[in-house]
Amino acid sequence: MYSRTYKASVGVPPVLWVTVFLLVPYAILFCYSFWSVSPQQVIVHNWNLQNYLQLIRNPIYLTVLFRSMRVAATVTLLALVLGYPLAYYVSFHAAKRKDLLYQLVIIPLWASYLVRGYAWKTILGSDGVLNGFLQYLHITQRPVEFFLYSPFAVILTLTHIYTPFTFLPIYASLEHVPRNLIEASNDLGASPWSTLRRVVLPLSLPGVLAGATFAFVLTLGDFLAPLLVGGPSGIMISNIVVSLFGAAYNWPLGAAISLSLLLLVVGLLFAIERIERKLTLS
Amino acid sequence: MSAHLIRNSETPPAPVESLLSIRDVVKRFGNRDVLCGISLDIAPGDFLTILGESGSGKTTLLRLIAGFEQLDDGEIWMGAERLDPIPPYRRPVNTVFQSYALFPHLSVFENVAYGLHAKSAPKVEIPERVNQALEMVKMGEFAQSAPARLSGGQQQRVAVARALVNRPRVLLLDEPLSALDANLRRQMQIELKSLQREVGITFIFVTHDQEEAMALSDRIALLRAGLLEQVAGPREIYGQPSTVYAAQFIGQTNVLHAEVRDGIAHAGMIVWRCFGPGGRVPFSLRPECIRLVAPGTPGDSADVSTAHFRGRIKNQTFGGAMDMLEIDCGNSQVLRARISSPGPLSGEREFEFTANDAVRVRDGSED
Repeated sequence: MYSRTYKASVGVPPVLWVTVFLLVPYAILFCYSFWSVSPQQVIVHNWNLQNYLQLIRNPIYLTVLFRSMRVAATVTLLALVLGYPLAYYVSFHAAKRKDLLYQLVIIPLWASYLVRGYAWKTILGSDGVLNGFLQYLHITQRPVEFFLYSPFAVILTLTHIYTPFTFLPIYASLEHVPRNLIEASNDLGASPWSTLRRVVLPLSLPGVLAGATFAFVLTLGDFLAPLLVGGPSGIMISNIVVSLFGAAYNWPLGAAISLSLLLLVVGLLFAIERIERKLTLS
Repeated sequence: MSAHLIRNSETPPAPVESLLSIRDVVKRFGNRDVLCGISLDIAPGDFLTILGESGSGKTTLLRLIAGFEQLDDGEIWMGAERLDPIPPYRRPVNTVFQSYALFPHLSVFENVAYGLHAKSAPKVEIPERVNQALEMVKMGEFAQSAPARLSGGQQQRVAVARALVNRPRVLLLDEPLSALDANLRRQMQIELKSLQREVGITFIFVTHDQEEAMALSDRIALLRAGLLEQVAGPREIYGQPSTVYAAQFIGQTNVLHAEVRDGIAHAGMIVWRCFGPGGRVPFSLRPECIRLVAPGTPGDSADVSTAHFRGRIKNQTFGGAMDMLEIDCGNSQVLRARISSPGPLSGEREFEFTANDAVRVRDGSED
C-alpha cells in the first residue's frame, strides 16, 4: 500500500539514529574493553580479557557495584512509596486541582539536575539550612556532619530527583483505570481501601513497573548526585567509570565496567518486559 | 397491577408493602436541576422501568439509589432503613452497568466471586454460589475465561450474574441492553424477564426504549426533564396516557385538539361524545383505533358514541399485516391509522372510531 520510496524514506531516520547514537559508540566501547593500557599510559590494541577479569577479582568494583544496586533499589522503593500515593491522589481525588498538582510535580523536571543537586548540598551541608534550623531550635549544638557526604544524602537527593519519573507512568496508568470499575467495586460491597487494593493497584501495575524501571536504571547509572553530595562513602559505580575515563586514564577498564553495567540493565529490562507481558495477558 | 402502590403528590404516604421508597428527591448538577422532586414507591418483586429520553434524569435517579451520587434534597428508604446516607458499598442493592464494567484483570469466575469476597461470605460457599450464578445465565463453561474474550451479550450475562450472586434486595440495571444488536437484545429481554420471575428480586431497569419498557415492565415510570410524567403498568400507560407527552412517547398516537361543549368534543369536522369538563382539551387517539368503513354502509350521524369522518388518503405504508395510513381530514388535520392491510387505497374514504378510544390527556406534567 505504501510506495517503496516512502517506506525507504521513513525507515532511514531510525536506522541512522540507532547506528550513529547506539551501534557505533557501543562497538567502539566494546573494542576498548578488550584492549589495555601500557605502563607508558598508552592504550595498546592487544586483545585480552584482563579488564573483565580485574572486574571480578578486584573486590572494590563489585563492592561499589553492589552498593550502587542497593542505593538504586532503595531509591526505587522510596520513589514508588512517594510517587504512587501522589499519583493516586492527583488522578482520583484532586478534582479541580488536578492540572495544577500535575504541573507542580512536573515543574522540578524543568530545573537542571545540577541545580537540584546543589540545592540539597545547600540544605544538608554543615552551614546548611537544615543544620542552621536544628541549631536555631537548640536541638543540636554543633553542625551535624553526616547529613552531607553520605549514602543517605545520595539516596535523599536521588529520591527527590527521580520521584517524578515514577509519578508520571503511574499517573498515566491510573488515568487509564476505567472509573466505572471503581463504581462496580463499590457497588459489589468493596470499601474504598479494598477497591484500591483489589482493582486500582492491580490495574496500575504496568505503570508501577515502568516507574520502577525508570528510577532503578537512572539511579544505577547516576554519577552526579554521589559527586555532589556522596563523599567517599557514597560513591557509586558510575563515579568509578568517570574517573577511569578521566584522571585515571584507563579507558579499557572503564569500557569493560560500562558494558557490564549495560548488560545488567538490558537483562533487567528483558525480565521486566516478560513480567509486563504476563500482566497484560492475564 | 398494583396501582395503589404508586404515590404521586396527591396520594398518601408510602404503604407498608413498599420495598424501596423514593421521597421528594432533588438532584442538581451545578445550577442545573436534574431531578426536581421525584417520589416513587416500588413493591417487592416489581419489575419497574424508568423510561425517559436522554437528559431526563433517569440514570441519575438510578445512581442515587446505588449511592454513586448524593441527593440534594429528599430521602430514599428501603423498608425501615434510610438508604441515602449509606455509602454505596453498604447498600443492599447491586448494579448492572451500561458498559458491564467487568474487571479486566480477573477471570469470569473471579468477577462473579468479587462481591462475595468483598462481603466476606463463607469461603466454602463461594465456589458453589458463583457456579450457580453462572449456570443461571448459561455462562458456566466460561468460568475461567477473561472478560475481554467474551462477546457483548456474554459480558452482559456475566455482569448480571456478578450482581445477582450477592442476592441484592434490588437489582439496578442501567440500559444494560443498549450496546447489543437488535436480535440479541430481544433475546436478552426475554431472558431478563424470566430471570426476574425466577429469582423474585426487584428490578429497576433504566431505558430510553419505550418498546423495551413495555415488553419487560410490571410498571413504567415515565420521566421527563426531572419530573415523573406518569407511573403505571404498560397497558395502562398505553391505553390511558395522562399527558400528551406520555401518549406520544409511548407508542404512536394522534393528538386531537378538541373543543368540548356539553359532553361533545369537536375537532375540526370530527365529533364524538366525551365526559368531563368542557374547554379546549387534547385527546390521544391510537392509530389502531381508527377503522375503515366499507363504502355504502349507512352512518348514523345521531350516534355520538362512534365518531365518523371522511378523509383523503395521503399516504399508505405497507407493513405486512398492518398498513399505516395518513389521512388528510382537511383543516390541515392529518391522522394516522393502522388497519389490517386492505390492499391499495386512494381518494376519499369513510373512517370511524369509538368515542371511548379518544383519551383525554393533559398538556404537560406541570398543569
